[in-house]
Amino acid sequence: MKALSVSKAVTALMLAGLVVLPLYSHLSGNIFILTLFTRVIILALAAASLNLIMGFGGMMSFGHAAYLGIGGYAVGMLAQEGVGSGFIQFPVALAASAIYALVIGALSLRTRGVYFIMITLAFAQMAYYVASGLARYGGDDGLTVYKRSDFSGLVNLSNRTQFYYLCLACLFGVILLIWRIVNSRFGLVLQGLRSNEQRMQAIGFPAKRYRLVCFVISGTMCGLAGALLANNTDFVSPAVMYWTRSGDLMVMVILGGMGTLFGPVMGAVVYLLLEEFLSQITEYWALIMGPLLLLIVLFGRGGIMGLLGRLNRG
Amino acid sequence: MAEPLLRVEKLVRRFGGITATDNVSLDVAAGELHAIIGPNGAGKTTLISQLTGHLEPHSGSVSLGGRDITYLPAYRRCALGLARSFQITSLLLDFTAADNVALAAQAQAGHSFRFFANARKEKGLRDAAHAALDRVGLLHRADVVVSRLSHGERRQIELAVALASKPKLLLLDEPMAGLGVTESQRMVQLLQELRKEVSIVLVEHDMPAVFALADRISVLVYGRVIASGDPAAIRANEDVKRAYLGDQHVVTHHG
Repeated sequence: MKALSVSKAVTALMLAGLVVLPLYSHLSGNIFILTLFTRVIILALAAASLNLIMGFGGMMSFGHAAYLGIGGYAVGMLAQEGVGSGFIQFPVALAASAIYALVIGALSLRTRGVYFIMITLAFAQMAYYVASGLARYGGDDGLTVYKRSDFSGLVNLSNRTQFYYLCLACLFGVILLIWRIVNSRFGLVLQGLRSNEQRMQAIGFPAKRYRLVCFVISGTMCGLAGALLANNTDFVSPAVMYWTRSGDLMVMVILGGMGTLFGPVMGAVVYLLLEEFLSQITEYWALIMGPLLLLIVLFGRGGIMGLLGRLNRG
Repeated sequence: MAEPLLRVEKLVRRFGGITATDNVSLDVAAGELHAIIGPNGAGKTTLISQLTGHLEPHSGSVSLGGRDITYLPAYRRCALGLARSFQITSLLLDFTAADNVALAAQAQAGHSFRFFANARKEKGLRDAAHAALDRVGLLHRADVVVSRLSHGERRQIELAVALASKPKLLLLDEPMAGLGVTESQRMVQLLQELRKEVSIVLVEHDMPAVFALADRISVLVYGRVIASGDPAAIRANEDVKRAYLGDQHVVTHHG
């Protein structure tokens, strides 16, 4: 029988933990942990979507948090205007993210490397300032979502446990989708382009078209995370689009392991839990977090997934 | 005479003050193996790059099977039956040999906006890849990641990738570069086989190989074609001897 690899065992354990977490929260009466992990799962979804373009597609986007804002504002603005149905809010959030990704991607993908990083960053900052200027929707102060998306009895987003499982289902769904995409014809072309664009052009693949489609898929997935996040916090503000948020997402992906299926989830769990616990110990938690991340990136090439993989062989 | 498969007319490409391709015209007939030789810096790779679409000429034209392809992007030329191998091996190093070749077959099988089925389990693509690998004698290495293959094996994979796209015309940029003696001999043998099926433009430094394989040879010096003809005519050409073959025994020795 094939031995279970360490990374697979740890991944399975983590996923099982996420599934039974509400049970623990219920029995122990610890509501805080459920709220915390709902956030972790939503950001893991965002990180997984970023991993699709960054890890598998080789596109270093530094503006991914923009979709969190677009998805969030779609929900918030519609709620403000009296459209409370999730069946309208969520499709609008996804469509708005897809359209933004299409436009930004078409422009940004003309560039490569550092320029691509800078241009995606610039567009996300533009989105940030546009949101800050929306006086009708709170401007700088953000927008309170007084009523969570209404799925007319299908799921109740105000019920913590139901909302948690909705987010978890979305995360699993997105990862399943990414898994299928990565191994499909499209996915092989995408990874081929990451590996050697010149070769892919020479055998007949138009590079930009495939990258753009991937960029749109990734942005749409992250828009979903944005819509969930607005529901989770009952609030959306320009701050979710700020460039440090995009940086957080990148760190999660790199920390967990770029180009691996569950790496971003692992990265999000570790990063956000560290942030949570270190900030309880000291106000200067970033002083501990920084060097810790540095160590993992320096000595654990391939992130946590890479480390676990080596444990197995070592 | 029938329309040539590839027609290059008065092609010009400059880099700053240097004219790397200077009014080059040449025809490649269907079924022909046409060799392009010339000393280092004669502009052979520049010429090939314009044929494949990696570089745009400043003037002149390139047509394939009567269709003007001068400004067509590289990926579209592939669909018209033009395949190339690179002088410096250019493969997907983190993919297996079979994956590299299967992608070339996939490119020929319509668009790749298919998101759900596992491409590595598509029998048609795998079979095509294995057939091409078998053709170059590397079937037993199909599932090895390319970064673990030897230089010689990678040269053969380059060829398998080109073959898998079912080309009408194969542009080979120094397929023998960096190969040992036995590996070179195997490559010559392989090309000897392939030329029966596909037209080939061969850029090569290995003179014995060129004179053994070519139907026609064009000699490129400082971006200009100074002579074009069958191997015997080239061997006898005074200009060629003077300008390029200086040490003419390289040629006559094998003649």
